[in-house]
Amino acid sequence: MPETAAGTGHLAENIAYFARALRAAGVPVGPGAVVDAVAAVAVAGIGHRGDFKATLQAILIKKREHMPVFEQAFAIFWRRRALVERMMATMMPVAPGTPDQPRQEALRRVSEALYNDANRDPEQIEEQKILDARMTLSDLEVFKSRDFEQMSSAEIEEAKRQVRTLVLPLDTVATRRLRADARGRLIDPRGSLRASMRAGSGSIVLTRRSRATRHPPLVALVDISGSMSRYSQVFLHFLHALAKTGRKVHSFVFATELTNVSRALQAHKDPDLALGAASRQVRDWDGGTRIGGALHDFNRKWSRRVLSGGAVVLLITDGLERQGTDALAFEADRLHRSCRRLIWLNPLLRFDGFEAKAAGIRALLPHVDEFRTLHNLNAIGDLVRALSGDAVGASDPRRFRIG
Amino acid sequence: MTVDMMRSGLPASIDETVSLLTSGHYVADRGLATVVFLALRMGRPLFLEGEAGVGKTEIAKVLANTLGRSLIRLQCYEGLDVSSSVYEWNYAGQMMEIRLAEAAGETDRTRLGSDVFSEKHLIKRPLLKALEPDAAGAPVLLIDELDRTDAAFEAYLLEILSDFQVTVPELGTFRAPAPPIVVITSNRTREIHDALKRRCLYHWVDYPDSARELAILKAKHPQTPAKLARQVVAYVQAIRKEDLFKSPGVAETLDWATALVELDAVALDPALVTDTLGVLLKYQDDIAKIQGTKAKELLDRVKAETR
Repeated sequence: MPETAAGTGHLAENIAYFARALRAAGVPVGPGAVVDAVAAVAVAGIGHRGDFKATLQAILIKKREHMPVFEQAFAIFWRRRALVERMMATMMPVAPGTPDQPRQEALRRVSEALYNDANRDPEQIEEQKILDARMTLSDLEVFKSRDFEQMSSAEIEEAKRQVRTLVLPLDTVATRRLRADARGRLIDPRGSLRASMRAGSGSIVLTRRSRATRHPPLVALVDISGSMSRYSQVFLHFLHALAKTGRKVHSFVFATELTNVSRALQAHKDPDLALGAASRQVRDWDGGTRIGGALHDFNRKWSRRVLSGGAVVLLITDGLERQGTDALAFEADRLHRSCRRLIWLNPLLRFDGFEAKAAGIRALLPHVDEFRTLHNLNAIGDLVRALSGDAVGASDPRRFRIG
Repeated sequence: MTVDMMRSGLPASIDETVSLLTSGHYVADRGLATVVFLALRMGRPLFLEGEAGVGKTEIAKVLANTLGRSLIRLQCYEGLDVSSSVYEWNYAGQMMEIRLAEAAGETDRTRLGSDVFSEKHLIKRPLLKALEPDAAGAPVLLIDELDRTDAAFEAYLLEILSDFQVTVPELGTFRAPAPPIVVITSNRTREIHDALKRRCLYHWVDYPDSARELAILKAKHPQTPAKLARQVVAYVQAIRKEDLFKSPGVAETLDWATALVELDAVALDPALVTDTLGVLLKYQDDIAKIQGTKAKELLDRVKAETR
């Protein structure tokens, strides 16, 4: 649409930059949408900041969960440059003054997507490199084996993005419910009769059915104490991605006390909003840790409510318990006996010469079915495959038992 | 049927509800009586949640007894489906019908269809039975331990509980002349979906306080000696304050009292408590925790209180 672009000066370019910023922040905006947006603004005109925003939103946003990102991006992008006002000033005799709003704390993702050109006007940006979420294949391989602890904050963000792209586990358990299945072993009498009524022949054709299957619920107990925070951050993103698949996921976090954050994680489809909501519920981020106490709370208050239906429990902690380890062993034993499978994910296992010397680790080890590490993306990938039923890597806790 | 007829025999106030339940030997606290009253008046299902053995199921039985309605019970379990909860066809009867039709040379397919899928071959299961007209008034439908079944069944219940009708594709729609009194219980082994809870009146049935528990014990087991009853209730109340995996419910209190009466006890003593602890506590860890010195310590406290 050359005439549209020509008629609005820099507006078209600005809209294109804005769209690129949105794209970098994770909102899928295609080039077609940019053309549409320019055309729409040309039709609607820029009379009012709210109208302008509504116009862009109508074209660029297709899902409710992208709204918060759009809101923030709009506020930052167009305020910083006072572009809307400038545009309006060219079209109106007197531009209405905008109240100087206190700068809200923006979503990190948005500011990151915009930071590249923070000090420059979009007019001057030519081939600006937008933060790219994709990497080349060999970079990715190296990245996947990098320890989360050694990553910069930008790399951690990238890891969180990568974790969401994992193929999620496909493990199933048989339920007692039956469903139609041509190759099933059980006969479906009702279906058979209906089929024979339809056919009207003298013989009764047998239709069959078999057990339906479903994904068993996952229960994650995540240690968020200081030493674990890097790992638990990434893992909570993984849990959020899992919960979005519609599978039952119960997420608990603990440092000195146990908090159920399942509802918060499922309340928002946007990962940053969901984790923000979850973290507001928690009162003891990065504090000390009381593993035994947290497991005790879980066994008492939650185990009977969330472990039905063959749940798999993921325990994410380094196992460095400071208080009595007898209580820890007792609670771990109880937990082990209440669930179908207990998987312990411990980032300390990444060290080659790892030995189960700490008292807390020795107390937990006899009561877990699997013992895995969780220090990089490959380890999380292994976990996913292990949940799907493949035996991946060494996970038998018995190899660390002493005596 | 008019609303008045539907309400005939139902209590007109919360006080009446309390006395109705009391006449059925159920000692309810004010909160429970209120929610029962509202459920009866508003024709809404009653959703009761609470630990095992606090008297959730009993409510439905007592309501059926005292109101003179029939009780229809649906015990939920994993894999519960339409054929075991709503209706099923009598396949053997249907096959016989087909054979007979063949022998008689019946060729009219429509007629054969209506013979095979007729009401005489329909086996009615609890949910369909609860929708049938009843001379004594709408029945009490008890859907017990809903948490044991799956979310798919819950979704099916939504439809029944809002319209009180069931459609059998081959036969037609069954509609209840008056909505049954529905009581749903859950032990909370999983969370019931909000959509179902929304349609119900919710009540969390808690452990009773000592005065009410004593009243329950007296109502249910009047043969228990008064002193023993006081001690039993005080002991159970004390044990519930301990850090246990499963605290004893009212059902366990009643069992314990029965057991002690059978043993001809008139008062608690340490050996007796230790020997019969298995009636109260059902987890080995809990028993190990209470047995011995702890049991004696609690007993001394209880004796000082009930003197």
